[in-house]
Formats: sequence, structure tokens, C-alpha cells
Amino acid sequence: MVALDKGNGVAPFPFLFAQNIVMTQEFDALLDQARRDVTAAADARALDALRVELLGKKGRITELLKRLGTLQGEERKAYGERVNTLKEAVAAAIESRAAALAEQELHARLQSEAIDVTLPGRGEPTGGLHPITRTIQRICNLFGELGFETVEGPEVEDDFHNFNALNIPEAHPARAMQDTFYVMNGARLLRTHTSPVQIRTMQARKPPIRIICPGRVYRCDSDRTHSPMFHQVEGLYVAERVTFADLKYDLHTFLSRFFERDVEALFRPSYFPFVEPGADVHMRWAQADGSSRWLELLGCGMVHPKVFEAVGIDPERYTGYAFGMGVERMAMLRYGVDDLRLFFNNDLRFLEQFK
Amino acid sequence: MKLSENWLREWVNPQATIHEIAERLVMGGLELEIEPAVDTLPQGVVVGRIVAAEKHPQADRLQVCRVDVGSGEPLQIVCGAPNARVGLHAPCATVGAVLPGGMQIGHAKLRGVESSGMLCSAKELALSDKSEGLLELDATSKPGQPITDYLNLQDHILNLEITPNRGDCLSVLGLARDISALYGVNIKRPNLPPAIVVGHQQVKVEIDDLATCTSYAGRVISKLNPKARTPDWMRERLRRSGIRSIHPLVDITNYVMLELGQPLHAFDRARLLGSVRVRRARSGETLKMLTGDTIELHRGELLITDDNGPLALAGVMGGFDSGVTESTTTVFLESACFAPAAVSGTARRHKLTSDAAYRFERGVDPALQRSALERATQLVVEICGGEVHPITQVGRTQTEPITVRLRHARLVQLLGHEIPAREVEALLGRLGITMRNEIGDSWVCRIPSHRYDLRLEADLIEEAARLYGYDRIPAKPYLAALAPARAPESQRSLSSLRDTLVARGWQEAVSLAFVDPRLQTVLDPQASPVPVDNPIADTQSVMRTTLWSGLIPAWTYNRQRQAERLRLFEVGVCFALAGTEVVETTRIAGLAAGAAATEQWGKKDRPADFYDLKADVAALLGAAAEEYRFEAAPHPALHPGRSARILRNGTPAGWIGELHPQTVRALDLPLAPLLFELDWPALRAGRLPRAQALSEFPSARRDIAVVVAETVEAQTLLDCARRAGGNVLQKVLVFDIYRGEAVGKACKSVALGLIFNDYSRTLTVEEIDAATTSVTEALAREVGAQIRQ
Repeated sequence: MVALDKGNGVAPFPFLFAQNIVMTQEFDALLDQARRDVTAAADARALDALRVELLGKKGRITELLKRLGTLQGEERKAYGERVNTLKEAVAAAIESRAAALAEQELHARLQSEAIDVTLPGRGEPTGGLHPITRTIQRICNLFGELGFETVEGPEVEDDFHNFNALNIPEAHPARAMQDTFYVMNGARLLRTHTSPVQIRTMQARKPPIRIICPGRVYRCDSDRTHSPMFHQVEGLYVAERVTFADLKYDLHTFLSRFFERDVEALFRPSYFPFVEPGADVHMRWAQADGSSRWLELLGCGMVHPKVFEAVGIDPERYTGYAFGMGVERMAMLRYGVDDLRLFFNNDLRFLEQFK
Repeated sequence: MKLSENWLREWVNPQATIHEIAERLVMGGLELEIEPAVDTLPQGVVVGRIVAAEKHPQADRLQVCRVDVGSGEPLQIVCGAPNARVGLHAPCATVGAVLPGGMQIGHAKLRGVESSGMLCSAKELALSDKSEGLLELDATSKPGQPITDYLNLQDHILNLEITPNRGDCLSVLGLARDISALYGVNIKRPNLPPAIVVGHQQVKVEIDDLATCTSYAGRVISKLNPKARTPDWMRERLRRSGIRSIHPLVDITNYVMLELGQPLHAFDRARLLGSVRVRRARSGETLKMLTGDTIELHRGELLITDDNGPLALAGVMGGFDSGVTESTTTVFLESACFAPAAVSGTARRHKLTSDAAYRFERGVDPALQRSALERATQLVVEICGGEVHPITQVGRTQTEPITVRLRHARLVQLLGHEIPAREVEALLGRLGITMRNEIGDSWVCRIPSHRYDLRLEADLIEEAARLYGYDRIPAKPYLAALAPARAPESQRSLSSLRDTLVARGWQEAVSLAFVDPRLQTVLDPQASPVPVDNPIADTQSVMRTTLWSGLIPAWTYNRQRQAERLRLFEVGVCFALAGTEVVETTRIAGLAAGAAATEQWGKKDRPADFYDLKADVAALLGAAAEEYRFEAAPHPALHPGRSARILRNGTPAGWIGELHPQTVRALDLPLAPLLFELDWPALRAGRLPRAQALSEFPSARRDIAVVVAETVEAQTLLDCARRAGGNVLQKVLVFDIYRGEAVGKACKSVALGLIFNDYSRTLTVEEIDAATTSVTEALAREVGAQIRQ
């Protein structure tokens, strides 16, 4: 208000000037008082009462405005401006106080509503897949992206699908390599590998065939490093012009994806009755002491012509590759499991590490 | 099979260290490891000859020997070995010597007598684990020669494991052939003249079936020196192959087997009666084996017999009575080729292990019998002396030439890489395969008799690739039509079911599929489990008919490890007998035990019950939930009042319930777990979503409470309400159950929420009231419900 007076320092009429002085003092006092009261208002209700007292219908500032009717001309105009200025100043003070009070109130409410966010959430944590399942899914997914379809088959098999069709006749020493569990007085057996699924698929479909066969297999062997039941994933690709070079590429690609690095793979001649040429795939594996060694991971090869003959596929027209791997071994390497038996004990303390 | 490096190098000697050779062989498809012949070479040990031996003046068991060590005065050595005697040649550690165990030899005084050295046993030289006195050496050994030279101890042992197709590598000759092929160097075959035949004794040989024994060569050698001793060089070679010296004749047969790959057998001629016959066993025949055990022969097993009966299990092991002994002076040597099919499995059946069976099961060169017999004869004459009689040979004396056609284009097609034709010829030529060019870039390949594993074009392609090197065939990404796999969207996947359970807090288990028959019977008494013919243990002797037989042991296992609360599920195949067939059913099963919720601050602890499990099972049923029904039904292993059969469209799909208290007792369990098991085939069909129009009009709800007898099932109320509510009744739900005085004994009040809606208009109050009334009236009429106000 003082600044306002200074701004209007040259008054046109002495009378008005004198009256102005009286008026200014009254307004200043009123404003000062109002500001003090507003600041002192402890809550929204007190503030509201104050608003009524000052700006309400019968409020003091409203009363001042009523005097306007008794004035004329310039005087009326000047007076009006001053009262309005006063009114706005008081309203602004109330508003700002109201905002401050609202903020205080919100703050208090938020504080009262605070909870301990470090307490655990209600409800159940999730469970987990068995590491074997997880590994099988991962292998099948990786081959799935290479166009392999997952196919499964029976676990109780017959001689034909498990052995004969795979070029393992009765007297073959390879049968001794796979000690077999028999059921039904020898009429049936528990499959010793998932290869019978390949046979069944080749019997049922025409090439091109690109399948991956996961599953449980059984061999009569039980010690620290052998379980009588374990899991295999085998793959088969039959089409015109499938080559050993394709096999090398696919398996190298798979191993690199599975172990998430560019693995150094070694294909070494080996023997499986159902492939020719046959190979073992080894991978360079870093040891704790910084050295490395070759680790045997997979068996593979080009489908044996006798296998094609057994399932009625023309071995002249089609070629194919097949491979197989032990799921437990892959899981052990991938997750650092050092004891095969852990997979079948179902110890929760072990299983829960694979969530 | 173990072989000495030095022996091998006599046959083939590429310019490479043994470790390089081993690496090359491994990359060529053989598995082998190299180990030193002895861990530490003895130092300062020489051949000694005992020239005098006197009793020790102070000790009965000691002798004071004078030992010639080739130079200077004989050494005075005190020795406690019982076989120390004048004239004996034995290793002598001279003063300053260091034995493999680290023992140093110095001057010593034994019971007052000076001793300047030590006579050694095989054990002291680390040649054997046990020791039977001094190591006796040949009388021809030269005193003073370092023992490491004399016994050729600077050697390695190749420990070889072969794949079943490479029986041809089970000898020095076989391995030398492969090394020769891999390195392109020649084999040096020892050129020895055949022994001169002077006698005319022969034993008649008959073969019943040439398919079981393709050739049999036998020879008598008489007037043997029964005192002959196996020379040290042969003993050492056998030792390095892990074979103990037994008798010169037996040692010679073993030696020839190791050298050429032909198993031989030595019969004492004096014990043979009449003619030798190769025939199959009849039922009831027995044979006392070399091991001293008498075995019952199985009908059809291949035998060597004489007029008295069985002499030997052909290709496996000789008999006790016809074997050579220390008094044998005339031997009948057998060199035969038994067919793998005729001998395979025999050794395993009788729990016998024999080097002969190992070889015959994998195949023996069918053209080798005569030359192996000649080689053995030379050695017998050299070591035991004797008169050589003519060879009797029956069977196929000439093996038929085997030829295989190989097309270069096919090789390129199969490998995906071109090995030039000229290189293919060179590689296969090294294997002794002779190749004749044919038109059209192909060859007719003649296979040597010892490679009986090569019969097909693919076999030759592998040989070429193997010698060429798999690592030289580049990996090639191929260009082929990639058709995405067929995956019907309306079929659910097992992995999605697994994920559902995992998301609800369940942990997956994997159990063995063979289970304890007692557990199986208790859990599933009506099933016919499939017994395993040859189980590993009695507790793993039947195939599971229910996954519960794996889950219950897994639960108790974890309970013993303080896991009180557990949600364990398994997906696996169950097996059941149906007539003469085995039916396999993939199932998904679960076991819940312990509190409803994991221990936490915000929930009251209460034991899990049927309804907790039912919610999890319902989650597995998926979008087609309304096709399923839970109906109270008895299951032999489940609590009769707390079990339900799950049906899908009326077809059984599984079970849910609490384990029967009797089952709990029978299995000695601490409490009754909750179980479910669902057939995957029943769950598999899902549905392709079919979008429905959405109602634009508000729905209305009316809640009613009806009092019914305890025995009235909620499902009955829901079905009744649904039928009575008409088309506008969109949904009925049970939102409360009340029991108490207000509703009377044996009764319950069930609160139902009825939700009404129509697709074409807003329902009026009158319509909703009318529909509600028809529901309450139907409930009163059909199940005797009283409406609670």
C-alpha cells in the first residue's frame, strides 16, 4: 500500500489527499490485522470463519465496499480501486494459507497411512520346474528355432523299434553296451534310448522329417554315475541332400546357443550301429585350474542305410543325420551339478535352486 | 586291452611320440590312454646271479649269498627270500641303487654279516602288487645288465577301448594296421618260417554247423619239455597287458592272441578221447570250467566236445579237465573262428569274463586261424621244444572275397564335402582295400578279411572320412525349406500345465518309474502293474501305475529334512497291463501337505484342505472348466468322504482327495497328504477361443440363502438353480455356507448369488424377481430347500 501511495504521490486535489491519508492508514491496519489473523488460523475451519468475517456478506471489507455508494467521480474511482486492492490482498492471504493448511493436512494423513514396505508380500511364492524339464525345454526350444518339431513316443518298446530297426541285431555287442530292462517275460522292454521314436516317425511320415525326441530312457545300471532311468534328447533330420557338413553346423550352432558362447567342438569318429559315418562330439571345457579338456557331449552320425531300409525310406534318394545327448549331463554341465543322484532324490533344497 | 608300446613299435614305427600317436588314434575313432610301464624306473639294479649261498650263522631264515653282478668280485648279500638258491638269476640292487619306492641301498650289516646290496622281488621293482620271493629271471640273462634294459622297462602301456565294430583293433597287428593307415607308414611283419612238421599225429575235427564255426585249425605238438619256463620277454609283455604268466603253453596262446588277435586254446592231448567236435549243448549237460566252477550249460550253447562229452565252452573258456598242467607233454592247440552270433551272450550268461569271448563277440579275422596256429607253433617249439605234427583244418579254408561298390558322388553327397577321388583311393588303399575303377566315377573295393565291419558303401565313406579327418570337413549352414512345426492351437501343452502349477507355488519332481510293489499295491490295489523281468532291486521291481508312488516317498524324504509344507507335482508316464499289452498313460499328479499358505505374517496358519487343492486342480482344467465335474466317489487309497472323481464330459479324467487313514497307517506316514492325479489325454483338448458378443445392458444380482440337508451337494443346488433360472440367469455362485443352531442339525445354509443379464435389453425388476422366484421354487421342489429370509 505504501508503494501504491508513492506511485500516486501527486494528488490532483488537496481535499482528497487529506482524506486519502486517513483511509490509507485504516486500510493498512486492516490488512496487517487480517494477515496476522490468517497466519494464526490453525485449521481450515478457523480460516473459513475468518474469510466470512472479512470477505463474507457482512464482512468488514464488504462493509468498506458499501461505502462506495456515498462517493462520486474521481473520489469514488480512487476509493474503489483501493478497497479492491485490499480485498484482493486479503483473499490472496487466505488462499495461500488455505493451500498451506491443505498441504499440512495431506502430509499428516500420508504420514498416518504409512506402512512398512519391507514386510514381505502376502500370498504364495511360485514353485519351479525340475532342472531336467527345464533343460529339455531349452534344448527343444533351441532346435525348435532350427525347424525341429518335438515328438514323443512310448517308453515300453519292442525289440524291433528299440534294436532291430536301428541295426542292432540280436547278437550285436552294442546290445551289451545297453543293458536292457525287460517286461512281459521278455516280450517287451523299457526303451534304452529315444531312438525308437525316430523309427516310429520315419514309419509314419515321409521325408522331409525334422524332429527332436525328448524322453525318459532306461538302462540296467545303477551307481554313482548311472541312474537306471535317465533322460535323452535325440534329433533326426531326413531329406534329400542332408550332409555331414549340415550335421556339424547344426550341432555346433546348438552347442554355442546352449552354452551361450562360441564353443570349440570336436567331431571324432565313433560307432553307433544306426549311423555311418558316426561321430562323438566333444567340447573344450575350461577347468578350475585354468587348463581345459575335451568333454564328450553327444553322439551323432549319418543315418545308416539299414535303418532307412527297416522303415521303408529309399536310402538312395534320402540322406539324414541323427544325434543324441543325455539331458542329465547337459544339465550338470550347464548348472554345475556334480552328483547325478540329485536329479532323482526330489530334495526340495536342490529343486528350489532352479526356480 | 592293454599293449606295450615297444611291442607295437616292433610292428609299426611312425616318427612320432607315443602321445602323438595316441592323439591320432583317438581322432581316428579309437579310445585309449597312455600310461608308463612302471611309474618309476629302478636305478642301479642289475641282473645278478647267485653263485654261492650259505646259511646265515645267526639267523635260520637268512642266507648269505654271493652274487655275480658281471664285474669285479661277487657281492656278499644277505637274503631272506625262500627261493634264493645257487644258480638263480634275479635282480640285484647294488650299493647306491634307488628302488621305485624311494628306498636307497647302502652297505648294511644284517645280524652281524656284511651285506652289499639287495636281491629284489617283483614288488620291490614295482612290477607287481604282491611278491612271491625273488623275481626269477631267465638263466640266459647276463649278470651286470641293467634291469631296466633287460626287462625293457622304458616303455608305455596303451590302454585301449574299442567300439564294438572295431574288434579288428584288439591286437598288436590290428592296432599297427590302423596306425599304418593313419600315418601312411608300412607295417613290419616279423618274417618267421613255419615250423617243420616231423610227426603225423592228428586229431579228427568235426563241425556240426559251419554257421557257428567257420573254420577250425588244430595241431598236435608232442614231446614237450614239461620243465620249460616262459621267457622273461614274454612274461613282461603279458604283464603289461595285464595277463599273469600261468604255464608256458597258456602264455603262448595268450601272447599270440595279443599279437595277432586270434584266441587259441591249448588242450592236454592225453585228456582228449576220440575226435573233437564243435556242437551245440544239449539240455542237462555240465562242464567244470578252468576256474574250478561247474556250470550248467544252456541248450544251444556252442561247445567243443570229445567222445566223452564237453571239453570247453567254445570261444569263451576251456574246461578244467582238458586243460594243460605241469605234466603235459603233448598239446592239442585249437585255433578256430566262432561266429559272433554263436558265442555272444554265453560269457555274460555264466558271469565269465574272458579275452577270447570279448574278441569272438566282436569278430575275429576269418582268415587268420592257420597263420596264428603257425605262429603259436613256432613259439612252442622255441620255448618248450617238441615235435610238430600236421595241421588239421576243417571249415572254410578260403574266405570269399568281399567287394563293395563306392561312388564318389555319393561320398560327396553324404559328407557335404568333396574329398578328391585320388585322395579317397590313397586313404582306403592304406587300409589294405584294393580299388578297381569303374565307369561313372565309382570303384569296386575289395575288403581285406580282417575288416569284417566294412560291408556297405556308407562304411567305406566313414573310413575315408575318418582317415581324412572329421575336423577337415567344414560345417555348412544349409538352405532348406523351414516349415514351422505343426502346433494345433486347440491342443493344450504339458508345459503350459506345468507353468500353471509352478505359478501357483508347486515344485516339479522327477521320480524313477520303477517302484516298490508293496507301495504300489496299497495305493492302487486294482491296477495290474507291469513287473520288470530283471529289476535292479526288489523295491524297484514294478512299473508305476500311479505317480503317487513316486510323490509319497519324495514327500517323506523331504519331511525328514524339515520341509513341513510342500507342494510337489510330477508329469510322467504310468504303465498298466491290459491283457498282453502295456498301456502307457501320461499323467500329471500332485501332493500337497502342510499349511494352506506358506508361513507369513498376514495370514492365519491353517492346514491345507481339499478345497485348497481343488482350486489348484481347477486352474489346471483351463478354459473348458465347465466340461469338468467333481463327483464324490470312493477310491481305494483315498478318504471315502473326502475324495472325488474328476470327469470331463462324463469321461473319467482323474482323482482328487485326501489319503485314506488306513493307507496312511499302512504306509506308516505321519499324516494324510492331499493328492490329485489327472490323465493328460483327458486334459489335452483345449478349445480355440470363439469371441462372444458383449451385453451392453446392466446386470442385476439377487442373493438368496437356502437351508438344505448336509447331504445335498453344492453341485446339485447350482445345477438346479441354473436350470430354473432360464436364459437370463448368467451366473450362479456359492458365496457362503453357514451351519449353526439357526438352521438346525444336519442342515446347512447355502448362500447363492444369482446374476441376471440379457443381451438385448435391460431386465425389469419384475422379470428379475420372477426368475429368482422360479429358482427358489425349483430348489424347494427338487432338493427340499427352505428359503431363509
